[in-house]
Amino acid sequence: MSTGAAGFLQRYEGMIGRLPGDSALRAAAAAAFRDAGLPGGTQGRRTEAWKFTSLRPVAEAQFKPAAPRHEAETVLATLPLLDAPRVVFVDGTLRAGLSVMPATGFARFAEQPDFGTLTWPDREPMVALNTMLATDGAALQVPAGFDSGIVQLVSIAGGEADYHPRHSVSLAPGARLTLVEISAGQSSYLLNTVVEIHVADGAHLTHVRLQDEALTAFHVSTTYADVEAGGTYDSFTLNLGARLSRTEIHAQLSGAGAIVHLNAAQILAGSQHADFTTVVGHTAPGCTSRQTVKNVLSGRSRGVFQGKIAVARVAQKTDGYQMNQALLLSPDAEVDSKPELEIFADDVKCSHGATVGELDAEQMFYLRSRGIPDAEARAILVRAFLAEALDAVADETIRHRLEAAVQQWWERQEI
Amino acid sequence: MLEIRQLTASVGGKPILQGIDLAVPDGEVHALMGPNGSGKSTLAYVLSGRDDFEVTGGSVTFNGVDLLGMEPEQRAAAGVFLAFQAPIELPGVNNANFLRTALNAVRRAHGESELDAVQFLKMARAAARQLAMPDDMLKRNVNVGFSGGEKKRNEVLQMAILRPRLAILDETDSGLDIDALKIVADGVNALRGPAFSALVITHHQRLLDHLVPNRVHVLAHGRIVRSGGPELAKELEKSGYAGLIAEAA
Repeated sequence: MSTGAAGFLQRYEGMIGRLPGDSALRAAAAAAFRDAGLPGGTQGRRTEAWKFTSLRPVAEAQFKPAAPRHEAETVLATLPLLDAPRVVFVDGTLRAGLSVMPATGFARFAEQPDFGTLTWPDREPMVALNTMLATDGAALQVPAGFDSGIVQLVSIAGGEADYHPRHSVSLAPGARLTLVEISAGQSSYLLNTVVEIHVADGAHLTHVRLQDEALTAFHVSTTYADVEAGGTYDSFTLNLGARLSRTEIHAQLSGAGAIVHLNAAQILAGSQHADFTTVVGHTAPGCTSRQTVKNVLSGRSRGVFQGKIAVARVAQKTDGYQMNQALLLSPDAEVDSKPELEIFADDVKCSHGATVGELDAEQMFYLRSRGIPDAEARAILVRAFLAEALDAVADETIRHRLEAAVQQWWERQEI
Repeated sequence: MLEIRQLTASVGGKPILQGIDLAVPDGEVHALMGPNGSGKSTLAYVLSGRDDFEVTGGSVTFNGVDLLGMEPEQRAAAGVFLAFQAPIELPGVNNANFLRTALNAVRRAHGESELDAVQFLKMARAAARQLAMPDDMLKRNVNVGFSGGEKKRNEVLQMAILRPRLAILDETDSGLDIDALKIVADGVNALRGPAFSALVITHHQRLLDHLVPNRVHVLAHGRIVRSGGPELAKELEKSGYAGLIAEAA
């Protein structure tokens, strides 16, 4: 029997009184989730925000809360970890023994539950589901003017269970942090993460995400970021894994001169489906937003990009740019691209573009005529296609880890 | 080295090569001349294995092996090199990495050990210097933002590094100034020896002043209509193709 929206609600009702944090907020989220259902599920409403992605397979899956059997240590050892603090969650619960905790500025949701202020459980069904069932997560805080270097946030999941981590990251004025989020696992779980981010005046957050979930898993990640004057939120997402993934980012440029980068690359094979959806809100003057999203699609995979840029009347001198490019390696692969501009200011520079193509036959011949075998030539051209997106990751060590992850992905495939 | 017999080929169903007979012995440089549209570039592409050119008849053997049955990368490994008339740009592909990947692929095919980045760069820098190319051309993306002359020199650099047994130069001289022309010719001459042959497609006598051919062939309407010694190129420079083609028809 499938769990479905009813099963999640039933579980919530059974846990009332034992869940940490604001019970009124959880109840409101439950009401919203009851009303909305799972997008694309039989009871769920079809909305514009979920135009290209249906969570019907999630609605039809059976999630058992029983502890799964898997070796988190083994999975951890395969991850491209950096020599830096790491907060490791196994099946949605903090595992101190596998973590290398940051020296300061860490709190645990299970002990100090804080749902934040930016999320929309009333509008986003999966955020409502998370708000209803979240039991653990990480809260990172960087004090004013302090550079916390790199912190890794790792999720290792397994079994046929559902996990709803609730994270928050807050940078005080002038603070700096590089957050590397890595998720991986085994089996057919649902990871439904919510992250809330605050970047205060002049602070700088680099957020690099590597999603390499099990190919039978579901991955939903919703991020809300608020960036104040002169602050920077520089994010890059690399989606390689999961049967179905949805990465949704809401970024608000709420102070003058704020900068937001929401770059991504999705590399898919088989029947994978990956949806990268962004909503960028310019509500202050002189802000810059940049998005370069690249999809490499083989087999019968499907890549989705939905990007909305909303510019408020006060947000003069806005500079918004959005580019979505797809490389189709198979005639059965599919890409859907939906850019959306909503502009109320009159002195702005906003542009968007989308391209879809195949590997260039002349370039392939050129490489092969130099002795490079067909498969290697294809790999070179795909890497070249991705380079522009990956080059946005300024930290060389991290970029090389991502390139290695792409290389490993490539070696796993027979394309 | 190269034996072409009664080769016919078409592009998009249209016959271009109409029965080519041509032999380039070991150690020789042959020039291939002829008016635009006569099939010179088609022959170059057919020899290097571009799959949108359909071979409809005839045979090509390379050192006794059937060349037409080989994939482009196998031909390169066997020692065939085509210097493209219009070299292809590869945005996002570093020139040095491209050259090293190509060289190592060919070395692998020969059962030789691969060169590491340091060994390779040393060799590539020396080769680039000989062609009077600035070092930064190795760091840039392949042919991206290169001038016409730089692209042609980059082809010759690839040839110098891959050291083919048969080089097919498709109008490598066009668009080059006099100094660059000499550099390109020197690049080819440096490879000359008993185990190296070249088929040089050109419109101009000037390249052949530096790169003296053993034989000159004239291609018209997909056939070789005349072959001769180096003096044939000089004759063509003076009188053009028209008389010769009329005579052959």
